[in-house]
Amino acid sequence: MFAIYKKELRSFFITPIGYIYTGAFLGLAALICCYTTLLSTSYDTTSYFTVMMFAMGILIPLLTMRLFAEEKKLRTEQLLLTAPVTITGMVMGKFLAALTVFGGSLLTSCINFIPIYAVANAERAGQSYEYYHIGPVTGQLIGNLVGLLLIGAAFIALGTFISALTENQLAAAVITISIIALMLGLGLINSLIDVYWIRAVLSWISIYSRFGNFQNGLFDFAAILYYASICFIFVFLTIRVYEKRRWN
Amino acid sequence: MIQIQHLVKNYGVSCAVDDISLSIGEGEIVGFLGPNGAGKSTTMNILTGYLSSTSGRVSVAGIDVLDDPLNAKRQIGYLPEQPPLYLDMTVDEYLRFNYELKGCKLSREAHIREVCEVVRIGDVRGRVIKNLSKGYRQRVGIAGALIGSPKVIIFDEPTVGLDPKQIIEIRNLIRSLGKDHTVILSTHILQEVQAVCDRIIIINKGRIVADEKTENITRVIENNRRFNAKICGPQNQILSTLKDMQGIVYAEALADRDGDATTYMIESAPSVDIRKKLFFTLAERGWALIGLEALGLSLEDIFITVVNKSEETTPTRYTRRAKAKPRNALEARVAEGLLADADKKREEISALDFNEDEE
Repeated sequence: MFAIYKKELRSFFITPIGYIYTGAFLGLAALICCYTTLLSTSYDTTSYFTVMMFAMGILIPLLTMRLFAEEKKLRTEQLLLTAPVTITGMVMGKFLAALTVFGGSLLTSCINFIPIYAVANAERAGQSYEYYHIGPVTGQLIGNLVGLLLIGAAFIALGTFISALTENQLAAAVITISIIALMLGLGLINSLIDVYWIRAVLSWISIYSRFGNFQNGLFDFAAILYYASICFIFVFLTIRVYEKRRWN
Repeated sequence: MIQIQHLVKNYGVSCAVDDISLSIGEGEIVGFLGPNGAGKSTTMNILTGYLSSTSGRVSVAGIDVLDDPLNAKRQIGYLPEQPPLYLDMTVDEYLRFNYELKGCKLSREAHIREVCEVVRIGDVRGRVIKNLSKGYRQRVGIAGALIGSPKVIIFDEPTVGLDPKQIIEIRNLIRSLGKDHTVILSTHILQEVQAVCDRIIIINKGRIVADEKTENITRVIENNRRFNAKICGPQNQILSTLKDMQGIVYAEALADRDGDATTYMIESAPSVDIRKKLFFTLAERGWALIGLEALGLSLEDIFITVVNKSEETTPTRYTRRAKAKPRNALEARVAEGLLADADKKREEISALDFNEDEE
């Protein structure tokens, strides 16, 4: 499994896709951060993270589209499947490699908060004493980051599964983007519906509504479990896809 | 080294491998021969654990492929029909990845260098695989299969698309591998099997139709018993004389004429040299023998006949095919011999299984 993890990680960065993804992610993060906080003179990062979540819906499929589709097209999966590696190990290696690249870029994007803290520091220096908290709430930032990481992991698991279903990278990316859009859109539609029980059901399954507690800096155990289950289900399904291919 | 017992693989309603049983010993080089879609690749894919069988048991070096797939896979180096190369990697990176993937315990750099020397890719180790020629790519694929020095090496059509010089090099390479490894080779090039393998297994429609040592087949081929004789004289009398002659089992007048001479195809009885006798018999009657040409028996003909024969005897499962054309008598007989041999072996192996079950 470790061999595949290492190989995947390296192949992200010997092909242009790794650079395109990280470049786009960091560029978008900087731009969004600039618009939602600095330019609108606000310390509130909620909208930054919300917009980032939607941006991830487009960026993460770039990471996951090639994972299995390319191997299938080049017939290199035969090498992996005839090597002394379990299918679970193979899928996990690939999933974790994509998760590492995503986590790395998310962590790097934290440099965007430096200017916000700097501005906050400058503003605090001008005050003789504090009436109220000036600057971003660090707890909220951490909660948001953890939430984004979990949502990203769920998206990656979904993308991995879609990639295992097709030989065509582009198809994998497009299908993944549309399913993610549907998952996120559910949260938006939710607010337009008046019927209580439909709202309750929709908000229960919506990825977006589960994010709310993280935005307030709360570690919502139910939400963590929810995102972890999504990861587990799609990783499990990917493994089943490969098992089934052997037995067909 | 490899034991296959009653292997069956169905793809939906079509049957790719139909009850194959065979046993391959250590250090053997075995050639799988068969027309396209005969079940060669499927059998190999099951051996390597890429596919699983519908029923039957496969064991490699005493390890059952289903019970302990990881250890069984460790015993096998596999080069599929299309070498599984990551085109973006350099040769070195690819071999290192293979090394790690197989969890190899030998010293890394020394082992990779050794493998590169064996397949002679030492001079391209730093190059990106994408930029290599087909022959080099094939060799990189072989190098990948050799990493970890597995006991069994399986090649699926290793020389397809190579130029003649490369083909000869790869064949020599495979021969030399046979010293320390058990090698299975699938191909539909007959000379290749003849040149490389110790044993030939012909598969058609998922069944073993012949299983013979190469030397036996070669001996049959070299045992020359057929001639084209060009004889001047009345055709009817000559033909009847030939047919009555002792030591000739078959004679036939061909349409080929040269003045008053007709060409006859003569087949002698096994291990009888009739050439002298033929000359004197004809001279006695005053018929001039103006040409005598020995006819070879080709592996191709035997192969085609074996395949056609097996098609006549085993009904095609779920598909209809055109009726096979009848072939020449001698090939038919040789092929029948091979088929009978294979049947006998199959029965022997089945009998063996029975004994094991009772124990």
